[in-house]
Amino acid sequence: MSASAQTHGNGSIPKPRSQRQLVFNVLRYDPARPEAVPRMQAYKIEEADSMTLFIALNEIREQQDPTLQFDFVCRAGICGSCAMMVNGRPQLACRTLTSALPEETTLAPLPFFELIGDLSVNTGKWMRGMSERLQTWLHTQEGERDLRRIEERMEPELAEQIYEMDRCVECGCCVAACGTAQMRKDFVGAVGFGKIARFRLDPRDGRSDDDFYDMIGDDTGVFGCMSLLACHDVCPKSLPLQTQIAFLRRKMAAMGL
Amino acid sequence: MTDVLVIGGGLAGLRMAIAARKRGHEAIVLSLVPPKRSHSAAAQGGMQASLANVAKGIGDNEDVHFEDTVRGSDWGADQVVARMFVNTAPKAVRELAAWGTPWSRVRAGDHQVIINEQKVTLSERAEAHGLISQRDFGGTKKWRTCYVSDGTGHAMLFTTSDQAIRHGVEVHERTEALALIHDGERCYGAVVRNLVTGELVAYLAKATAMATGGAGRLYRVTTNAVICEGMGQALALETGVAALGNMEAVQFHPTGIFPAGILVTEGCRGDGGLLRDVDGHRFMPDYEPEKKELASRDVVSRRMEEHIRAGKGVSTRFGPHLWLDITLLGRRHIEHNLREVKEICQYFLGIDPAEKWIPVRPAQHYTMGGVRTDHTGQSPTLKGLFAAGEAACWDLHGFNRLGGNSVAETVVAGMIVGEFIADFCDKPENTVPAPLALARQFVEREREKLSLLLESPGRENPFQLLAKMQQIMTDYVGIFRQGDALLAGVAQLQDLLERSRGIGISGKSRAANPELVAAYRLRRMLKLALTIAYGAYQRTESRGAHFREDFPRRDDQDWLKRTLAVWPEEGANLPHLNYEVLDVMRMELPPGWRGYGAKNYIEHPDTPRRQQEVEARRNAMLGRDRHAVQEALMPFTDQLPASLAGRNERLDEPLEQAK
Repeated sequence: MSASAQTHGNGSIPKPRSQRQLVFNVLRYDPARPEAVPRMQAYKIEEADSMTLFIALNEIREQQDPTLQFDFVCRAGICGSCAMMVNGRPQLACRTLTSALPEETTLAPLPFFELIGDLSVNTGKWMRGMSERLQTWLHTQEGERDLRRIEERMEPELAEQIYEMDRCVECGCCVAACGTAQMRKDFVGAVGFGKIARFRLDPRDGRSDDDFYDMIGDDTGVFGCMSLLACHDVCPKSLPLQTQIAFLRRKMAAMGL
Repeated sequence: MTDVLVIGGGLAGLRMAIAARKRGHEAIVLSLVPPKRSHSAAAQGGMQASLANVAKGIGDNEDVHFEDTVRGSDWGADQVVARMFVNTAPKAVRELAAWGTPWSRVRAGDHQVIINEQKVTLSERAEAHGLISQRDFGGTKKWRTCYVSDGTGHAMLFTTSDQAIRHGVEVHERTEALALIHDGERCYGAVVRNLVTGELVAYLAKATAMATGGAGRLYRVTTNAVICEGMGQALALETGVAALGNMEAVQFHPTGIFPAGILVTEGCRGDGGLLRDVDGHRFMPDYEPEKKELASRDVVSRRMEEHIRAGKGVSTRFGPHLWLDITLLGRRHIEHNLREVKEICQYFLGIDPAEKWIPVRPAQHYTMGGVRTDHTGQSPTLKGLFAAGEAACWDLHGFNRLGGNSVAETVVAGMIVGEFIADFCDKPENTVPAPLALARQFVEREREKLSLLLESPGRENPFQLLAKMQQIMTDYVGIFRQGDALLAGVAQLQDLLERSRGIGISGKSRAANPELVAAYRLRRMLKLALTIAYGAYQRTESRGAHFREDFPRRDDQDWLKRTLAVWPEEGANLPHLNYEVLDVMRMELPPGWRGYGAKNYIEHPDTPRRQQEVEARRNAMLGRDRHAVQEALMPFTDQLPASLAGRNERLDEPLEQAK
């Protein structure tokens, strides 16, 4: 049977080893319906092997509640769409294995960002605003390069260091975990500092520390940071935010003198 | 009303929008998700461009990249398009470098790599120090894959997306096109639904460009993101006028992690990783002594499934799998160059790939087919409709795409098609009065369809039908295909299409409503699934990723042609298939053996004649510059936009000398 030989495990599937009943308490709210009030709703499902929150939430939506809103795209920990509060901590839901969770789990949308509904928040809009404000693109002095020509050289170590900061997926976990952001809606957050640090590293970027100071040299920028550094702890890509923020503060403080 | 409406916010879409903006046209990008979340971000391993900087890339150039691509395609590719592509790829990498993409760079001096289980010392040239580095990938003669660690697509997408912001490209996030507005001859834009509010709006444009990516979610096991549902192809199909090319050409990637199907990059094998079976035996050299693990993806995937059928898979309750072993690459290499792989193994499998083997099995990965366009990216049958990237079939990949050629295609096609779109918008005759009545009619039609769905008393559940469709595609239209099974698959899909007319929706909201979305997308997905299955049934040969067990040979005599599918009647349950012949007499590289995979094929009657002609011309021009020889065999440079037509400089090929 050619056709069935290539399927992955259809047919009789034995019962999973772990037979836990999981309970997910989900914060439900639809801001488009002002008459509705936020409420917690509990869903029960049976745990399966290698179950992630991506699998669990989709199962809930497909079998119990087709109105439940949440965002997933890559489901592989790459795109940053699915950050949510899992038992009070911001993290990527797609790569959260249920085996790492207790039997009862509370899921809530990321705070700070505009709520779309249930677990879905508008990180995209905020991130675009941040990019426009900090102008997160390379500011080169030269005009258009002749693309036929050999590329400009860069030290291999420097390219690696820039990539290290470039790994940010703009998931919003750092801002959701940030004490300052809870109080200041105009705070640029660790994600913003990471971008500045990335362009400061790049010798091709023509902006000076003066220019960066104009963008982040106040309480909406580095001087708003209270050094609680939850951003560093929750970053799913383990970006060195602590070091970068400390460094930026030192540089910017020196600029302000 | 805008100049250019781009549907899809991944690399191809954003790059087209940037091209339009740079030429002074307005551009709006529609995106289901914030553009930086697009599936382009998932391209890990790299982008092919013949820069020839590294030692193992010396001697690489457009000619070698062209031949690799055409052989990879199993001669299904349009060779003029392949030439346009390989000539633009170096420019695309260099443009991204100038925009800030932190490409991994060459370090002068000795370094150790693993090639065929052996530690080999390579020595990089001092003059290459600091230039963009290349790694090895399947189906290539030279090391040609430029990379940013193993986050290439991510870095490219963020760079390009930020450039789009810089150039003021408007992106309308969380919007979905539901229909193309057209009059049977020309496309005028799209009916668009806001996924948050449910509002329907007509977007009118001089040019409409489809860049919605692939259709992996037609299959149960796929590496694709959940948004890769083929909606761009489906909308084109639903016009009844635009055609889809080669939809039966579906690629399966050898190394999806088992059983979730999440991709681990080809870079694992490119960097020296091995495939092993239940006994720990490295089996690929037994099947493919020349290229081993680095034959093209279609060949490696088939050999893996063949080996599993021979009983050499590792049994689990989810079915059998094989192993990918990268432990021999060493922890330092894995933690620096294969970080995403390490994270994926850690989070989804709970293993450390520096210590343990990774369970893998081929998973659906790429849609070679798509909206049929000419070399400018425009549909030959629906004026004003353009397409680029995975959603399109200008036909770079034929029946099998090489690793590293898709992410390259996104930006290359974005550059090329973007220029042609700007040309199109520049022409006064393409500025037409807004067809308001037509637009209103299309909006009303979509509103009516949504109302019918919401009010339907039907009892079918869209999620269940979707799961059934995915199972049918995986079971009957997968790596190994067979006439009877395909026919059974077609019948079952037709049954599902019929049942989808009885879908009922439990939540009645017209605003954000995941069930409603699943329902209307499902019908479109079923049409695409039928197009793939029926095309696969009709194509009685094996070519590239399309493998028929009952017709195992490539048949150039009868099947050196491209499938074109149209769906003229809304209520039909099958597409109409037509075929477009590929002319051997115009090929620069006439059909032959690929250098890996099966050696027996049925020759086209013109092939020997064309081969002689090509050889005679080459001999007559012995000693002449390679560009002149190429030009004599198959001219292409006048097909490129003038701004992209120039030659490419390399360390061993200075630009002045090349002229």
